[in-house]
Amino acid sequence: MNVPTMADMMAQGKQPEVLFWVGAAGSYDDRAKKISRAFVKILHQANVDFAVLGTEESSTGDAAKRAGNEFLFQMQAMMNIEVLNGYEVKKIVTCDPHSFNTLKNEYPSLGGKYEVFHHTQFLQNLISEGRLKIDNTTLKGKRVTFHDPCYLGRANEVYESPRNLIKRLGVNLTEMKRNKSTALCCGAGGAQMFKDAEKGDKEINVLRTEEALETKPQIIATGCPYCNTMMTDGIKFKEKEAEVLVKDIAELIAEANNL
Amino acid sequence: MQYLPNMFFALALIVGIGFFVMNIRKLFRNIKLGKDVNRTDKKPERLKNMIKIALGQSKMVRRPLSGFLHIIVYVGFVIINIEVLEIIIDGLFGTHRIFQGFLGDGFYGFLIATFEILATLVFVAVTVFWLRRNIANIKRFLSKEMKGWPKNDGNNILYFEMVLMSLFLIMNATDISFQQAGVGNPISQFLTPLFNSFSPEAIHTIERTTWWIHILGILVFLNYLYYSKHLHILLAFPNTYFANLNPKGQFTNLESVTNEVKLMMDPDADPYAMPEEGAEETVPEKFGASDVADLNWVQLLNAYTCTECGRCTSACPANLTGKELSPRKIMMDTRDRLEEVGKNIDANGGTFKDDGKQLLNDYISPEELWACTSCNACVEECPVNIDPLSIIMDMRRYLVMEESAAPQELNMMMTNIENNGAPWQYNQQDRLNWANEE
Ligand code: SF4
Ligand code: SF4
Repeated sequence: MNVPTMADMMAQGKQPEVLFWVGAAGSYDDRAKKISRAFVKILHQANVDFAVLGTEESSTGDAAKRAGNEFLFQMQAMMNIEVLNGYEVKKIVTCDPHSFNTLKNEYPSLGGKYEVFHHTQFLQNLISEGRLKIDNTTLKGKRVTFHDPCYLGRANEVYESPRNLIKRLGVNLTEMKRNKSTALCCGAGGAQMFKDAEKGDKEINVLRTEEALETKPQIIATGCPYCNTMMTDGIKFKEKEAEVLVKDIAELIAEANNL
Repeated sequence: MQYLPNMFFALALIVGIGFFVMNIRKLFRNIKLGKDVNRTDKKPERLKNMIKIALGQSKMVRRPLSGFLHIIVYVGFVIINIEVLEIIIDGLFGTHRIFQGFLGDGFYGFLIATFEILATLVFVAVTVFWLRRNIANIKRFLSKEMKGWPKNDGNNILYFEMVLMSLFLIMNATDISFQQAGVGNPISQFLTPLFNSFSPEAIHTIERTTWWIHILGILVFLNYLYYSKHLHILLAFPNTYFANLNPKGQFTNLESVTNEVKLMMDPDADPYAMPEEGAEETVPEKFGASDVADLNWVQLLNAYTCTECGRCTSACPANLTGKELSPRKIMMDTRDRLEEVGKNIDANGGTFKDDGKQLLNDYISPEELWACTSCNACVEECPVNIDPLSIIMDMRRYLVMEESAAPQELNMMMTNIENNGAPWQYNQQDRLNWANEE
């Protein structure tokens, strides 16, 4: 798969339209890598001139910051900012709402000012510019519910772009009882992804999966690699893998467009 | 002798208001124990928020029933204060229903009629509130942190309002000349017959007594506020005004850390350099918060504003799945500790004497703090824009940066970020491998 790096671009004296910030999950996690690839396929189809940092990308520091390690966060941030500013990056797109939030909101006061998009916003723009079309026949009529990632939804009030994309797939979008600003967290945020939960009587991802299952979905759509893992685990816990799929919106679009 | 009631009234007013002012000054002082944070920007937007959220109660109606009842009580409270104004003038000058002559029977009657209807609605609403709190099994009123004083406090407020509203209606019902005028008594006229068997003197005595208890009750209630979650009726306004306007996901970047990180990353900096001669001796900054004075004043204002409604907790994913964390408890603990610190300062002639306690551990446990997913549900839900998450984060920062007391798995995650640039143990050189798999 052709994924140009900023270094390649620079060598050719080119500046891409947008930097794709892959994020740690999107780079290393087997499930999330599929999302990265699906997104790249869409970028190719829409002829978007993009590049990644590749081995020059490092953790945004989101998990460190939410765990309370402001030192580590700022060191990561400053290193990344140095690289980004070195390449004169202006526009960034990412499939990870945590990276999205951090790059968009927390980097500016440390000297990193960019126009940052979540991939659902970016794709939505491509559609309105007429650069991308979504085939609404492949997934037609499927029952889909969307789980709002906290760091996209409440944290940044992006509720509509994922929904608009889903609707374009021609599917039947149903909302969970808690949705948009009242959505329940999948349980991964605040660095919880990297540790066991405190003792309680249930796992958060199981509760959220139950809420999703109440809508009797065939597909649970996500817009975050961590949510994706959490909901996938929840579905396994509920032994519903045979009936319910968990898919990122980028994957759904790639599938619909037969990429 | 003739002026005795007026003088007594004036005295009660002075004592009541004086005590209130004293407590409010204490409140200010305690809030100012917090660190500075700038919340004076974007004034129009702040004003708009205050008008919408505090005055307009826009976030209350997210729960329609309690929201609607709350609005009745709120409107009733605001409007009935006009009546209190009349009572104060009458009390000070020995007049009787001074506004009646002033405004004319028609308009005055209309006003008092409105008050009577509102008072009745408030009574009903408050009764429903009482039933919800005490009879209906509503989870957020039954949490651990709602035992003891918080529960009694909630009920006390309701009893106060029931009594005050009843007194107001009885006072009107036993005011013979007012009833004879026959205006503004849509409710109290039905109470008048209850007193038919009494002599005119007795009725007059009842009227005077209820009048006095009514106004004294209001003064007592005013002073109850400081000790109660009911303080929100005043603080909801500044609290919504000074609330955070940034996106909820945007956490503060600690400036003290920025300076140190810059120094660390600057290859020219000499780590062993002595501070320059004459340079100001910089006090080593404490990272994060372990006690109330480490929090900022908005967080402390938040603590005093919290109405203990528990809407935050009932939206918290950690709480919903049985973990120790309750954002409401975080706010209640912060206020309790702040009160304790304030009393300590009062007892020690204006300075805080170490009492061997702090907010962390003595009130809030690390287990609670580590259960938070930073999802912002509590912040979104709070009807008065309180931010429990910011306190949780500041305390985590203290645990990690001052005490190195993160859970083991998080330490591993952080080591990985430091060494490999990812929370997992992968080699940074493999970061682009995903592109060529499949
Ligand atoms: S931010 Fe933390 S405390 Fe608030 S609702 Fe989410 S998990 Fe609970
Ligand atoms: S923080 Fe807000 S939502 Fe939570 S109990 Fe206090 S007032 Fe209610």
